[in-house]
Amino acid sequence: MIGIEHYVVVSSILFVLGVLGIFLNRKNVIVILMAIELILLAVNINLVAFSAFLHDLTGQIFAMFVLTVAAGEAAIGLAILVIYFRGRGTIAVDDVNHMKG
Amino acid sequence: MIHVLAFYLFAGLMLLAGLLTITARNPVHAVLWLIVAFFNAAGLMVLLGAEFVAMLLVIVYVGAVAVLFLFVVMMLDIDFATLRAGFIRNFPLGVLIALVLLGELVIGIGAERAGAIRLGLPDVAGQAPEGMSNIAAIGALLYSRYLFLFEAAGLILLVAMIGAIVLTHRQRGGVRGQNISKQVARRPEEATVNLRPEVGAGVKL
Repeated sequence: MIGIEHYVVVSSILFVLGVLGIFLNRKNVIVILMAIELILLAVNINLVAFSAFLHDLTGQIFAMFVLTVAAGEAAIGLAILVIYFRGRGTIAVDDVNHMKG
Repeated sequence: MIHVLAFYLFAGLMLLAGLLTITARNPVHAVLWLIVAFFNAAGLMVLLGAEFVAMLLVIVYVGAVAVLFLFVVMMLDIDFATLRAGFIRNFPLGVLIALVLLGELVIGIGAERAGAIRLGLPDVAGQAPEGMSNIAAIGALLYSRYLFLFEAAGLILLVAMIGAIVLTHRQRGGVRGQNISKQVARRPEEATVNLRPEVGAGVKL
């Protein structure tokens, strides 16, 4: 029988895959955004799994809010990407240090 | 039995698609693998009985976010080969950090469990009433207890939409546009001139 542990393990592995994606594609900001989506997906699976096994719908509600924030983040991130590409002609982000922050 | 099989099918395919997303050479392929991962995650959520979140995942992620990614990837003229230059160099460090993270998660889960993971006590207000479908129960909870959070989520989406439009909107030169306030403010006396020219003299404007 599939228990909560299975879902926790699967979402942990997916989370780690997302983090690994950020490290592997340090230059390609599009893939970095996709890796962030994978991380948020892992969080959502965790929320929904605990919600289902606990018979408490709050987790599913919060999964919806995570989904909202993920959609907004993707829209803003891609908009920033588009204007960055317009100005520079590339999206290599490992040399984004104009502000010397 | 079929439940177990479906779980391993969805979970395995999702993890495989996630791995291919982050290692794909071509970003278009990465987006397509991301879509596969989202579909399988939606399958997992259907297995859990969360149909509404599953459908939301398919509609929002596959229908909107992934298509947005596809548009951006396909419309920008990017040389992706140079962007992969650091891939091999970053590989050992990235895998090391990922393994450390995974080990920490495993230790955390393993230390928490002596037997199964102990679930906490459910919130009484969050429990679905008997005989109510998942969607109806979520709606009842969302529009009562979490109404203000729901509206805040709507505000976040509004801010994101306005932000994306403001960021990417640009005024292009050389396009004849319509200036409505200028049109409305025009008076006949300044717009037209009555002349009675001599025959054969012509008019100088």
